[in-house]
Amino acid sequence: MNILLLTEQRGGGWNNVSFETLVAAQKIAQDVGATLSGAVIGDGVEALANELSGYQLHEVLLMEHPLLKEYTPDGFSIALRQTIEKTKPDLLLLPHTYQVRDFAPKLAASISRGMIGDAIGYRHENGKLIFVRQMFQGRTAADVVFQGEPPWVASFQAGAFRADLAARRPSGHAPIQPVRVELKAEQIRTKPLERFREAKQAVDLTQAPVLVSVGRGIKAPENIPMAEKLAKLLGGEVSASRPICDEGWLPMDRQIGSSGQTVTPKLYLALGISGAIQHVVGMKGARTIAAINKDQNAPIFEVADYGIVGDLFEIVPALIEELEKTKAG
Amino acid sequence: MKVGVCVKQVPAKDAPLSIVNGSAWIRESDIGFEMNEPDSFALEEALRLKEKHGGEVVAISMGPERAKQTIKEALAKGAERGIHISDPDFFKLDPLTSARCFARAIQSHHFDLILTGLQSEDQGFGQTGVLLAELLGWPHATIIMAIEATDTRLKLKRELEAGWFQWVEVPLPAVLTIQSGINKPRYATLKGIMAAKKKEISTVERTSLGVVELRTQQVERIYVPQKSKRTEFITGSPKEAAAKLIERLRHEARVI
Repeated sequence: MNILLLTEQRGGGWNNVSFETLVAAQKIAQDVGATLSGAVIGDGVEALANELSGYQLHEVLLMEHPLLKEYTPDGFSIALRQTIEKTKPDLLLLPHTYQVRDFAPKLAASISRGMIGDAIGYRHENGKLIFVRQMFQGRTAADVVFQGEPPWVASFQAGAFRADLAARRPSGHAPIQPVRVELKAEQIRTKPLERFREAKQAVDLTQAPVLVSVGRGIKAPENIPMAEKLAKLLGGEVSASRPICDEGWLPMDRQIGSSGQTVTPKLYLALGISGAIQHVVGMKGARTIAAINKDQNAPIFEVADYGIVGDLFEIVPALIEELEKTKAG
Repeated sequence: MKVGVCVKQVPAKDAPLSIVNGSAWIRESDIGFEMNEPDSFALEEALRLKEKHGGEVVAISMGPERAKQTIKEALAKGAERGIHISDPDFFKLDPLTSARCFARAIQSHHFDLILTGLQSEDQGFGQTGVLLAELLGWPHATIIMAIEATDTRLKLKRELEAGWFQWVEVPLPAVLTIQSGINKPRYATLKGIMAAKKKEISTVERTSLGVVELRTQQVERIYVPQKSKRTEFITGSPKEAAAKLIERLRHEARVI
């Protein structure tokens, strides 16, 4: 079996989730006895291919073309389809980034194959590779297997594996194999324009030692000051899950999760956050996680060290009172 | 502009879920269903495009009989008509087969634009829109936060990761997946609900579409996930629980 790991870069800088998926790919290759190669796609990215070749890989494929400098779903799908046809991997593994979500299902469909997206882990049982993903917003897990002939396409979610565990070669480098890509400008229908950030970041949540984070359970904007008061007493900042920022109850720069900030505070206190995976990927690296939620089955409790099942409108005032009491005393 | 919008009916957010033993689905009796929230943003965007540029909005849903309720909701909010792809076993389909069924059911309708939500809140494959574009031979763009339309092109604001955005242009026809939060979805008015009663929903049996099933993947089972951490649940009155939590954070975790 041949496995191909596709990394992601932008403007010559890695998307670090690539190395998490590298770890997943190395583990799978070891478990199933497969050959693992890596791949870099872009233009002028040879330095990245060199860097990647220092890892435990059979070889590194380098797909370069001026039309791959800027990401487009058409350009990337065509280039990868050509690479799959030439190198015949059985399994293509990718990090589940916004970019991968945008082109990988299309790539798979273009060769009449399916994609198992957003896996959080895998098991190798009786010769069968089982991908584990979440369903029902993290309230259930699902075992998913490929059917039909390879090549298969699968992506792993950010945070599913630890990038620092990627195995390097004891010495030397894996050979770099340039792959010829045939691409014409008229094949690319999407025209990428400028990239930008919406607003100045008024607050740097990544530096806050404590985050008090609010979700749908906070119910109304009038209740935000209560969370702010608690955050202040704990020496931290207030943050939020996406729906709160979508509603405009807190600014976007306070959003935690895949579309917002990724944080690793000492303490993350989740108030009324159910713990959908898009949120959890942004905060599960916190040293200690405490959660208050009325639903004892809320997925936030899967990552919490401390949980209180109850009404946050009763518990938060009690926390504030307790902190003020001990502070005064 | 003729806009098709894919709306899925999913279990209500607060519905207690119980898994049917040995299956890949949940017990449907006794729980409520609602429009997949990400799709409600796509519907709203479709309605706004129609209001600005003229044309019509067609709500398309695949699912069992109950899915008609979600189509009716879309009609009450302002969609002109509905297409129901009927299949009680829709949840057994892989994303590619689902998308092929959508593509087959809508190909004769000559849409200029198809919108979907980013992903569904039940199975959450997050692939339908992208697959649909590939199958129709159209370009696509995902995670859209703003749409500026001309007759032949769209200028779109795509969300990237970590607070970044990018403008992209695509020619029509195209498929877009809409990011939640792009707009504030409207509520159906009483007038809208009354008007919806006269609007047409055409039903097609999924199995009559002639899509040959080439299963690429299968969900073998779903189950309650194992915890990655051991959570200490703190009990007692709110006052007691608060005091205990602060004690733990101070002296056990030592983070405050």
